[in-house]
Amino acid sequence: MRESSQPLAGLRQRIARLAATGGPASRPVEGWLASGHDAFDSAIGGGLMVGRTHEFFAADALDGASAAAFAALLALRTPGKAPLLWLRTVDAGRRTGHIYAPGIAELGGDPNRLLLIETADPKMLLACANDAVRCAGSAAVIVESWGKFPLLDLTAGRRLTLGARDVGTTLLMLRLNAAPTPSVAETRWSIVAAPSRELQADAPGAPAFDLELLRWRGGPAGTRWRLDWDNDEQAFRDAALSGAVLPLAARRAVHPLGAEAA
Amino acid sequence: MRAQALGLRVGMPLADARAQVPDLAIVPHDSVLDQNWLDRLAQGCARYTPLVALDAPDGLILDITGCCHLFDGEAGLIDDIDRRLTRLGMTLRHALGPTADAARALARYQTRPAPDEATAIRRLPVAALELDGEATTALVRAGLKTIGDLAARPMSNIAARFGADAATALRRLLGDAPSPLDPRVTPPPIATERRFAEPVASMPHATQILTELVGEAIADLTERGKGGRHFRSTFFRSDGLARSIEIETGHPTRDAGLVMRLFAERMDALRDPLDPGFGFDMMRLAVPRLEALAATQLKLEGGEVRAAAMTDLVDRLATRLGRGGVRKFAAVDTHIPEQAQLALPAIDAAPPTPWPTTDPGEPPLRPFYLFDPPQVIEVIAEVPDGPPHRFRWRRATHAIRRYEGPERIASEWWRRKDNAGLTRDYYRVEDDRGRRYWLFRHGLYDEKPDPRWYIHGLFA
Repeated sequence: MRESSQPLAGLRQRIARLAATGGPASRPVEGWLASGHDAFDSAIGGGLMVGRTHEFFAADALDGASAAAFAALLALRTPGKAPLLWLRTVDAGRRTGHIYAPGIAELGGDPNRLLLIETADPKMLLACANDAVRCAGSAAVIVESWGKFPLLDLTAGRRLTLGARDVGTTLLMLRLNAAPTPSVAETRWSIVAAPSRELQADAPGAPAFDLELLRWRGGPAGTRWRLDWDNDEQAFRDAALSGAVLPLAARRAVHPLGAEAA
Repeated sequence: MRAQALGLRVGMPLADARAQVPDLAIVPHDSVLDQNWLDRLAQGCARYTPLVALDAPDGLILDITGCCHLFDGEAGLIDDIDRRLTRLGMTLRHALGPTADAARALARYQTRPAPDEATAIRRLPVAALELDGEATTALVRAGLKTIGDLAARPMSNIAARFGADAATALRRLLGDAPSPLDPRVTPPPIATERRFAEPVASMPHATQILTELVGEAIADLTERGKGGRHFRSTFFRSDGLARSIEIETGHPTRDAGLVMRLFAERMDALRDPLDPGFGFDMMRLAVPRLEALAATQLKLEGGEVRAAAMTDLVDRLATRLGRGGVRKFAAVDTHIPEQAQLALPAIDAAPPTPWPTTDPGEPPLRPFYLFDPPQVIEVIAEVPDGPPHRFRWRRATHAIRRYEGPERIASEWWRRKDNAGLTRDYYRVEDDRGRRYWLFRHGLYDEKPDPRWYIHGLFA
């Protein structure tokens, strides 16, 4: 009896400790990655929660740049000099293009904060991501992957999320050319490029995004937004003006702008 | 050796050789493999002296000044080299000389024994000067068969008749002119080593000894008030080969734990793991790069701890992925888009550079993702200078609804001798689904008859 009760007591203590510190909701959140668009932020409780995993899906490979820019801008609009860790595989440059720092600078982000980590294969990508989320002091960790990512199963995803939660880093999973799958992410987004508000002489305008909230642990999902990126204000804003005058927008499912339709 | 005994020579036509020895085994020559092997041998010879120079394609020069007593004199040292290289299946010709050039010439050209080094040098054939064939023939025709014959003549006559090169080569051989050695590695400022009577065959034991060596190096660093940026451990196997494992850090460090963690990380990441074979009989730790590092006290608010955690992460990932695996961006002042950024290893910690920005109210004019090299697309556009209307890329057609351009970017003709290079006309376009692309036509119609179109980037 004595032999068996001691390990049991130890296990009970461990469970009690886990219950005290663990559990997705018990640890206090230190802040949010806010978009700067008030309605958007308040609809998801202040922004993307720090210390959690957020997933950005670009179902069509051609929307990859939009999804990547949305994630990067959310991280880079935080004040301070904290670095943004961007992990990708070496073949991503050939496939989706190399990250172009002058382009990020023109969007208003500071490319000097960018730390690019390139790995040979998805396995190493996951291993490095695990190290990166367990390092405090980053603005966010972006993990860019292409296509199905079979190594990122529920266990691997949970390990990443736990690491991010323990240290308080925000993990942004960028899933290009992939279909949403079950995961432990706090929020899951589908991002598509939206027609921009035209400038003089019919020139393409500021970056525009069509966002759909596919999943949110804290509330109802299914909300859609269309946001513009405002270079000068360093914030996202409504794309309302452009949508109304778009003759071709009817071709795809366009939703009442800036509101939660569908 | 056996080939020579059969009457084969270097430079002989293959057909002749086959005629002489019908069952000749033929292996194609791979100069890169030879070079690598010589390099590995040179690394192994670092156990005798830190100054080892390559004498490509098949020689090594060791500066053994002040090293012989470790091996009971010159004879002992040569015995040791001979034993190890013979075990590796090498045939060795060696010679000792007062200068690097003399030793080299003696090893390559000595045919007759001589009572002392000076006589041996004088008895060398004139071919040992390694002049071109014509000059050597001329020397032999003039009756000057050995270095001794040549050295007896006035140097000015030799220079006048056979060129200044001949005179210089002769003076180097005789030790009148310096013959500098170009060592493979320069000796590091800090190096500690262990030699073992019994080879160490287990990796845990080797790691333990590496920890001790790191501790010694750190003590030395502390005494000097410096930190190491680059650590190199070399494992010498008893069969004469050696393997080096190097780590680098972004900031000078004196943290033994960190250094050992990085070494462990590096060893784990090796594609070809460290193999003790029959055991290591010597291990060395060198710190080739030092930087000043004053004693510091951590601040209480924790900002420095976070920054330290980040540099630690960068070091660890750079050790695992190679120094190019973790990079930071630096701006380059050029208008050629693909050259406007450099991705430099983060471990080198370049100072941050200012980046160009847009005017207020302007959308970004440079893409978020850049294709380098640009990818060819098929475009329907107005000829000669019109904007594109529709383009085909990766098996999909995109109809262009909005465009801006052209933004004309000329080639950097001032950098090229022939002033050549084509002008590019860039268009920022948006297709009917709202995606934004950066396209360009490579060449104007008056520069090139049928200029091609490329996609260079994707906008957000």
